[in-house]
Amino acid sequence: MSQVPTSIDFRANSQQVPPKMPAAVQKATAKFLGNRAALVEALGNDLWQTLRQAGHDLRLHAINHLDHYLEQAERQVTKAGGHVHWARDAEEARRIVLEIAGQHRAKLVVKSKSMATEEIGLNHALESAGIRVLETDLGEYIVQLKGMGPAHIVVPAFHLSKEEIAELFHEKLGVDAPAEAEKLTQIARMKLREEFLAADLGVSGGNFLVAETGTIVTVTNEGNGRMCCTVPPVHVAVVGIDKVVPDWESLTVLLKLLARSATGQKLSCYTQFISGPPQTREETGPQEMHLILLDNGRSRILQTPECRETSICIRCGACLNICPVYNHVGGYAYGYPISGPTGAIFASQILGVKAAGALPFASTLCGACNDICPVKIPITEILLHLRHRVVEGDELEGAAAPYALRMGAQAGAVAFGTTWLYRFGSQVLKRLQAPFVREGWMAKLPAPLDRWTTSRPFPAFAADFRQWWRRRSR
Amino acid sequence: MAIKAQLFITCLAEQFFPNVLKGMVELLERLGVQVAFPEEQTCCGQPFFNSGYRTQARELALKWLKVFGRSDGFIVSPSGSCVDMVRHHFPELFPPGTPERRQATEVGARTFEFTQFLVNQLKVTDVGARFPGKVTYHASCHLLRGLAAREEPKALLRGVQGIELVPLLGEETCCGFGGVFSVIYPEVSKSMMEAKVRAIDATGAEVVVACDAGCLMNIAGGLRKTGSPVRAMHLIEVLTAGREAS
Repeated sequence: MSQVPTSIDFRANSQQVPPKMPAAVQKATAKFLGNRAALVEALGNDLWQTLRQAGHDLRLHAINHLDHYLEQAERQVTKAGGHVHWARDAEEARRIVLEIAGQHRAKLVVKSKSMATEEIGLNHALESAGIRVLETDLGEYIVQLKGMGPAHIVVPAFHLSKEEIAELFHEKLGVDAPAEAEKLTQIARMKLREEFLAADLGVSGGNFLVAETGTIVTVTNEGNGRMCCTVPPVHVAVVGIDKVVPDWESLTVLLKLLARSATGQKLSCYTQFISGPPQTREETGPQEMHLILLDNGRSRILQTPECRETSICIRCGACLNICPVYNHVGGYAYGYPISGPTGAIFASQILGVKAAGALPFASTLCGACNDICPVKIPITEILLHLRHRVVEGDELEGAAAPYALRMGAQAGAVAFGTTWLYRFGSQVLKRLQAPFVREGWMAKLPAPLDRWTTSRPFPAFAADFRQWWRRRSR
Repeated sequence: MAIKAQLFITCLAEQFFPNVLKGMVELLERLGVQVAFPEEQTCCGQPFFNSGYRTQARELALKWLKVFGRSDGFIVSPSGSCVDMVRHHFPELFPPGTPERRQATEVGARTFEFTQFLVNQLKVTDVGARFPGKVTYHASCHLLRGLAAREEPKALLRGVQGIELVPLLGEETCCGFGGVFSVIYPEVSKSMMEAKVRAIDATGAEVVVACDAGCLMNIAGGLRKTGSPVRAMHLIEVLTAGREAS
C-alpha cells in the first residue's frame, strides 16, 4: 500500500479480510486495552481526565495558532543548522525527498516508522527512482517483506502470527527461522544492522515538533528510530504541520497520554529529541538534517470548525483498539494507511469525500472512540459532519452522493414527518407483510433491506399502540 | 401534584415493540405519573441525521419540537438513542441564537430516557417486579455513552425479585446495529452481531436485556437466526412481566 489511493470501497475491502485476521486483531487489541486500562487506573481516573482535557486544550491551541508555532519551529530548526522545507501536498513532499536523495546520490534509504511517509506514498516514489527503501521498524519490516502496508498505525504487523512471520522470513530472506519471537527478532536485527551502516539516507517521521526549540520528537520502542536518525550521513524527517506543539511543558503532558494510550506503557523505550544536526566536531550524527513540513490537505481540515479537532490526533491508535468495526475488519479494509476511527475522519478529508466518502459510514457511531481518545477528539461528531458532507455537501466540498439518493431521503422524510401518512404507512405494511410473517419475523425482504435479512430475520411490523391508547382513554 | 410526563414512543418501538410502550404506560402510572401521549408525533429524525441528511433531520426535528414543545413537564422515552438525538443533536441543527435552538435546548433538557427517568428523577429502583430467571444485560451504546447511563438500567434489574443477573463479556461493546450501518456494511454488521450473540450464549442466561429497539431488533434477530434459546427483551418487558397489559 505504498501508493496513494484514489478511491476507497470499504464494503468490498471488508469482504476481502483474511478469515484469520479478526481473531488475531482482537487478541492484540485486547492486550493493549488491558495494559492501558491498568495504567489509567494506577494514575487515577480524575488525573487521567485532567490530563486528557489539558492534552485536548493545548493541541487545539497549537492548531489554532499554527502559523505562529510553525514559523517559530522553522526559525529554531534553521538556527540549529537544519534545513526546513514546506510541502504543500504529497507530490511536493516526495519531490523534496527525491531531490535530497539525488543530491547525495543515495542508493539505500532506511526508514523508521512514519505514517506521514505512508500517507504520501514515499516508498513507491523512491523505488520508482531506483532507490532501495528499507523499513526498519520490526512490524513495518515484516509488512514490507510481505508487500503490504501497515494494518495498524502503531503495530503494523500485529495481525500476523509467529508462524506466518517465520514462513515469510524463510521465503524472502532464505533463512530457516523457528516460530519464536525472540529468534525472529534476532534475524531481523542482524539483517537490519548491515543496512543501517550501508544506508545513504535515513528517513523518519515525527510524533511531535516542539516549537520553542525546533525539536523533532519520535516515540519508539525498538531503537531503530535513532539508528535511522543518527547513523546515515543525512536525516530527513517528514512531519505533518499539525504535529507542532508550543513547548516542552506541553510535550510532557502529551507524552504521558501517548504511551499509555498506544501500548499501555508509561513511556516508550526510546523517546528521541532531535534539535538539529551536530554542532561541534565531537558530536556524532548526520552531517545534514532536513525537516519537511507536510500540509497535504491539513490546512483544509482546519477550515471547517466542526472538523477542526481531527488535527489534534496524536496517532496513539487507542480508537482503533477499542473500535468494534476495526476489530472485525482490521486496518486494510479502510484502504488507507491510517485506519480505524481516526483514519476514517482523516482520510475522508485528506482525499476528499468523493474518493473516501465510504469511510465516514464505516462506524456504528457507538462512541467508544470518543471516550478513549486521550485528547478528547469528538470523533463521532466529526463522522456525522462528514456524512453530511458526503450526502449534502458543505462549504468545503459538494455532495458526493447521487441525486436520486437525496430525493429518496426527501421522500422518506415526508413519509416520516406527516402524521397521517406515517400512520397509514405502518398499517399498510402490516397488511402487506402478512403472507411473509412467521412467528413475528420475516426471513427475507426485498432490496435494499435484503442486506439486513441475509444475516438475520427482520421483525414484523406490529404497530398497535395508538389503538390501544385510544381504547384505554375512552 | 402528580408528576406529568409526555410519552415519546419513538418510531422503532412503535413499529416493532408496541408491548414495551404499553408496559411503559402501566409502569409510569403505577408509579403515580400522569401520562399523556401527543398523537401527532412520528419520528425524531435520527435515521436522517445519522445518514447525513441534515435538511430532512431538521424538518423532522421542527415537527417534533412543535408536538412536544407545547406543554411543559417531562418527556419520557424507552430509547436512549432517540433521547440522545433530541437532547444533543437537535440543538446542533439550528444556528446559535435562533428561537429554534433555544427551544431545542429547553425541551431537550426535560427529555429523559426511561431508566434515567425512573432512577434519577423518580428515585425508584424497585418497581415491585418479579422475574425468576437468569438474565444478562447488554449496554446500548447511545444510552451508555450518549446519556452516560451505565448504572441505571442495572440498578432497576437488581431491584427485580427472583432475578439472577449475570455479567456479559463485552457488555459495553456495540452489537453491530448502527442504524444505516447495518445496511451499508451488512457483512461487518453481521460479524459484530454474531460476536455479540456468541457472548450472550456463553453466559448461560435465559434472557438478554437491552434498552433500545435498534439493538433489540439486531440481537433478537441474530439469536433467532442461530436458533439460540436466549430471549431478547427490553428492560420494560422484564419490569412488567407477569402483568398483562389491560
